[in-house]
Amino acid sequence: MIPLSGDLGDTKGVVKENVGSFGTKRGTSTLKRGFAHMLKNGVVMDVTTVEQAQIAEDAGAVAVMVLDKLPSDVRKAGGVARTASIRIIQEIMDSVTIPVMAKCRIGHVYEAMVLQETNVDMIDESEVLTPADENHHIWKWDFTSPFVNGARNLGEALRRIEEGAAMIRTKGEPGTGNVAEAVIHIKNVNTELRRIKSIYDAGDEQDLISVARELKVSYSIVEQTASLGRLPVVNFAAGGISTPADAAYLMTLGCDGVFVGSGIFKADDAKERAQAIVLATTFWEDPDKVKEAQKMIDERQSMLGLDTKNLELRMQERGSTA
Amino acid sequence: MSGVNIGILAVQGDVAENILATKMAIEELGMEGIVTEVKTPEQISDLDGLVIPGGESTVIGTLSLVNGSLKKIKEKIASGMPVFGICAGMILLSKKAKDRVVGEMDQPLLDFLDVKIERNAFGRQKDSFESEISMDKIGISKFPGVFIRAPSIIETGKDVEVLSKFNEKIIAVKQGNILGTSFHPELTGDVSLHKYFVSMIKKKN
Repeated sequence: MIPLSGDLGDTKGVVKENVGSFGTKRGTSTLKRGFAHMLKNGVVMDVTTVEQAQIAEDAGAVAVMVLDKLPSDVRKAGGVARTASIRIIQEIMDSVTIPVMAKCRIGHVYEAMVLQETNVDMIDESEVLTPADENHHIWKWDFTSPFVNGARNLGEALRRIEEGAAMIRTKGEPGTGNVAEAVIHIKNVNTELRRIKSIYDAGDEQDLISVARELKVSYSIVEQTASLGRLPVVNFAAGGISTPADAAYLMTLGCDGVFVGSGIFKADDAKERAQAIVLATTFWEDPDKVKEAQKMIDERQSMLGLDTKNLELRMQERGSTA
Repeated sequence: MSGVNIGILAVQGDVAENILATKMAIEELGMEGIVTEVKTPEQISDLDGLVIPGGESTVIGTLSLVNGSLKKIKEKIASGMPVFGICAGMILLSKKAKDRVVGEMDQPLLDFLDVKIERNAFGRQKDSFESEISMDKIGISKFPGVFIRAPSIIETGKDVEVLSKFNEKIIAVKQGNILGTSFHPELTGDVSLHKYFVSMIKKKN
């Protein structure tokens, strides 16, 4: 089982209060990571309107992610991409019962504060938006709301977890409708996990310390991750997922669930596709059911997509060195 | 077959945590038994007990309806199989559910537990909390309550026994072979409630 306690104990984000005769704590690592555990085996869908959010909920989305523009439109529009309109986020929060997430810019502490005050259920510190600070991510332990962060490899993932992320997702290459980069990222993480697990199993502490130095993280998180043989938080796939088969494939690679960005609402058969991707994610172990899900969509209505080799803007590189 | 056969409904949510907690409970009780993930009606038909875990009740309900599991679970509960619904699981077991903000819901429910549930009763994720609670009626005086976007029970029928309250809100109930909690015992490392559930199954067998 994935452990729920973080390393830092009662951080600034933890609020202690008395409710009636009960002493309570909010914003603990158990509550933040526990929230992510409740999303497992689910699909989080990017939405820009109340109508899309309701389609997502009816299709069986486990949560929605509110954006101002879908990632593929962010890519087309250029300019600076910022957090979504608070008014729209609130309208969506009032119209669906599933959790509502929203994105803030990498390093933008105050956009995140605003989202926390808005009471979104999870904040995505996302490379889809234009970074506010290329050198520092948000110190997420200061927040009561949980965060999810993108990662392309084990080092990025563990650095984000050390900053307080309660959940990780692969970055992939957002807004391309091309799953290739997400596949590379999850495989990178898996390969590195296998490597550190074998070092751990061999009892080679010296080598494990050099891994910690190489990844620029603490020894304790490397040791914990190595002993588990998986990331110590819930890990979803994201970036370019467009079809039920895409979602099912990423589940076979060991992801705990998927985020779908432009893939659903940039397709012409959004409603059916949303349902089909949920079915394929739930029943990914059963190829016949995934086939049935794939039958629900029409490939001629999939978003066209982009070759990830010739992109002017590689969103995945944002914030990757920090 | 030796020992009890307990399933964890593995459609969506925190399945692995409940497998571990239930296995530990069986072991601590010195019993024999197996604990498996179940998804299909065939897998469910063999069970002596079922845990419906935390997750999103709309998702678990909709998808269990799709493959016929919901119908099979209904048959099993009607025939007396003990079932433990946690958070989303308890919502699914109920007769009625409404959301605190959105209002009346039209979601698939199992329609057994004679209660009306308010979803997200304590607020959104930022209001999720931990607090020590008690369930004296079933011999658990102290229990670490982990409430994540938790529901509460706002009306109970006459056969429903209230096991615990938090600040006047009902958070744990029992009705015959059905056990339900607003909070997440599987996230705590304390398996006393899972042990109580396993002993309900033992009594039944």
